Amino acid sequence: MAEHTVIGTRLAKVDGPERVTGKATFGADLLLPNMLWAKLVRSPYSHARIKKIDPSKALALPGVKAVICAADLPPLAKGTTAPLVGEVSIDMSAIRELVMASDKARYHGQAVAAVAATDPFTAEEAAELVEVEYEELPVVGNVLQAMQPDAPLVHEDLYTTEEATQEKSAQPSNIATHMVYTHGDPEAGFQQADVVLEKTYTTQMVHQGYMEPQACAARVEPDGKLTVWTSAQGHFTVRNQLVALLALPASRLNIIPMEIGGGFGGKALALFEPTVATLAQKTGRPVKLVISREEVLRATGPGSPAVITVKAGARKDGTLTAASAIMRYDAGAFPGSPVSRGLLVGLAPYRLANLHAEGYDVVTNKPRVAAYRAPGGTPAGFAVDSLMDELAEALTIDPLEFRRRNAAQEGDILPLGMPLNRIGLSQMLDQITTHPCWTDPLDGPNRGRGLALGYWIGGSFTSSAEIKINPDATVAIFVGTVDLTGTRTTISQMVADELQLDPGQVTIKVGDTDSAPYADLSGGSRITYTMSVATHQACQDVLGQLKARAAEKLKVSTNEVEYTQTKLWARSDPQQVVTLEELARESVAWGSGPIVGKGSTTRMQPAHAYAAHVADVEVDPDTGKVTILRYTCFQDVGKAINPAQVEGQIQGGAVQGIGWALNEEYIFDKGVLANASLLDYRCPVALDLPMIEVSLTEVPASEGPYGLRGVGEVPIVPPAATLANAIYRATGTRLQELPMNPERIFWALHKKDAQPLAAAD
Amino acid sequence: MKRAIDLTVNGDPHTAIIDARETLLDSLRYTLNFMGPKEGCGNGNCGACTVMLNGQLVNACLVLTLETEGAEVQTVEGVADGDQLHPVQRAFIDNAGLQCGFCTPGFIMSAKSLLERNPNPSEAEIRLAISGNLCRCTGYDKIVKAIQAASQALSRAA
Repeated sequence: MAEHTVIGTRLAKVDGPERVTGKATFGADLLLPNMLWAKLVRSPYSHARIKKIDPSKALALPGVKAVICAADLPPLAKGTTAPLVGEVSIDMSAIRELVMASDKARYHGQAVAAVAATDPFTAEEAAELVEVEYEELPVVGNVLQAMQPDAPLVHEDLYTTEEATQEKSAQPSNIATHMVYTHGDPEAGFQQADVVLEKTYTTQMVHQGYMEPQACAARVEPDGKLTVWTSAQGHFTVRNQLVALLALPASRLNIIPMEIGGGFGGKALALFEPTVATLAQKTGRPVKLVISREEVLRATGPGSPAVITVKAGARKDGTLTAASAIMRYDAGAFPGSPVSRGLLVGLAPYRLANLHAEGYDVVTNKPRVAAYRAPGGTPAGFAVDSLMDELAEALTIDPLEFRRRNAAQEGDILPLGMPLNRIGLSQMLDQITTHPCWTDPLDGPNRGRGLALGYWIGGSFTSSAEIKINPDATVAIFVGTVDLTGTRTTISQMVADELQLDPGQVTIKVGDTDSAPYADLSGGSRITYTMSVATHQACQDVLGQLKARAAEKLKVSTNEVEYTQTKLWARSDPQQVVTLEELARESVAWGSGPIVGKGSTTRMQPAHAYAAHVADVEVDPDTGKVTILRYTCFQDVGKAINPAQVEGQIQGGAVQGIGWALNEEYIFDKGVLANASLLDYRCPVALDLPMIEVSLTEVPASEGPYGLRGVGEVPIVPPAATLANAIYRATGTRLQELPMNPERIFWALHKKDAQPLAAAD
Repeated sequence: MKRAIDLTVNGDPHTAIIDARETLLDSLRYTLNFMGPKEGCGNGNCGACTVMLNGQLVNACLVLTLETEGAEVQTVEGVADGDQLHPVQRAFIDNAGLQCGFCTPGFIMSAKSLLERNPNPSEAEIRLAISGNLCRCTGYDKIVKAIQAASQALSRAA
């Protein structure tokens, strides 16, 4: 496939018209005849034993049809798991507790019961009438407190697992897992360094901020089968979880994917579907749940906060000799923070012969974290690339030059022990050296330019595709991968390109679990990457069948047949042509049978994604406010299937990272979220930002038909360190805590002024 | 308590039998089945429910339907002329000004209203006009460019 006709073009989003006209159907847009509305009853305490749930007053309210609690879900053996993606499985007993708590509420807002009523107002009223008796327990508010030996226990039966040996601690603890990865000789490496720096960095809990609150619905069909509509990031993944949570075989469940209003990792788990399913079973009526924005922020699964200590040493010539990182990630109420990803991501841009990486997965009385775009990556990137910048400065080496000298190369070993296949990090860094964002002078007081790197590994797992040639020679591709932000378009481009058709002749359908070919969830930058293989295979399958049929008509052997723009011909006699139109028509008219091509992949090598961001900022010394003057993203994307969509992914990811860096945080008051609205949480708005420039590098990935890399996640990794480094150059002050909001910057700039006051206190 | 409210939506007369507690967004979506306006927050923070009410841009989630007797409402469903997309809608598609599309109905309404008031807005004016609409997918860059392109397309057409 040397020449591409559709791949690499800026094809307009194939599902654009339905979205700009309000016709796309998201989860909350579903209305079913005779439908009931559900509402969750949530814990008003961050940590409390549930003594008694009394639904009688709620049930007495006219219009209320059912009240359920955890006891209404089928029993589940502790340790039951379900596949989330590929070989990664999740502990379903924890998910069951997140659906509805059975013994203890472990965070403020955890669901403890649910009601179904004839309208949303009655459901809300009924939820308030469910009487729950609690016994309050001491609260574990943050990761460092939770790690203390005398901290109250979030789980009385949680023991620390030593990852390498799988040994458990003698005493219960809030540290779920401790992991250590070492290669080379870190101590000897630090000895060889001329400069060694060590610092600790702190980040706060943040939210993905998808615009669509979770919505789902369920209906029991006349034959007893259960239909579930979901706006989760993977309907097969939801089915895997419901098989365990509802104790039903997959053949009794059909999951229908609705359009998804953003997920960013936060909609992977079946947190609500078991509830509507159980209410539907209890009432015999369809039940829908749409949660509120406040519930989204309090109780869906934010991004993990972390406390990270990084140490790095380098010689005078700038060569890194060793690095170590100790990362403590807050998982919230149940184990499962992305700490191992943090260990992998932070140091992955650097060539390190000697490395020590140590991680702690810690539970607290906060909402259980979920994945958030390059999960674990942003805190790690902030810590490592802030320290690397400081190290470059201490050695009086240009920050870009320092990174070029130490850039990871193909064959280098990543922090968790895997060797790198082909990467384009150095080529990307070379591009920056001559780019105006780096070479243009930046004048004026309180202004500074920052640079930082980012890495993300991405996922693989299962994707599949089925391609059908319609009798009129148009083409339909059928997939099980839900489209978060544009994969219908990129997959359609691949089909059109492979079959040399106009994209208008290709239609794509995301099917339900009863009909579509299996796919793991949409996340991990994996859909375009893995679907490139599945789609390519399915197209090749189709072409093979077409060639065989053409060969029969041309009376030649199949391997003699060529395909060019809907025409099939034998190399020996190019004048004789069989058209796609003929074969398509005959496929249903003459008994040769419909043409269906199939393709799938379950495991691919990682297509490592590297990014570098450059920002110019101006800091107002009187208010501490940061204004971003210019922002440029560099990324090795392997091959941009649709450059407009790739840019959009990068811009969106960068802006989420900018929000995390400058303003977004969960503010807790005794374990209760104090800023549970979008106004108080304050994601970036258009006024906060400049245009986001994007510069693509295309070094093909080691695997896949087009060399593309997943692009969606890595852009969220560099912004925090990029901006911290720019703020330092603007002000001479280094910030080691996110977000770098006006208040934090103001006090950092006025530390000297603040000290006498603090001393007098 | 149920009430009957007569209002015009996208040029057609409707009588909505509503619960007195319903917002205009609830009524548009669940009583009259105009699912274009979305609820992203329910308290005026996100702009996904932006509609025109008697010629004014409003967050439908902050309006009680009881207040809308006799009102003229335009939702995103009423923006296209039959199957002919409005230039703002076309520009959002052509400039990749949307990804998931959940916030898009609100942005279309805000952008269209801006261009009706100010046919040639500066980048800063565009950013101000859409600062009540949150988008989490795009980082706004391509939305701003889409509105710039729509402004040019409308100028050419005029």
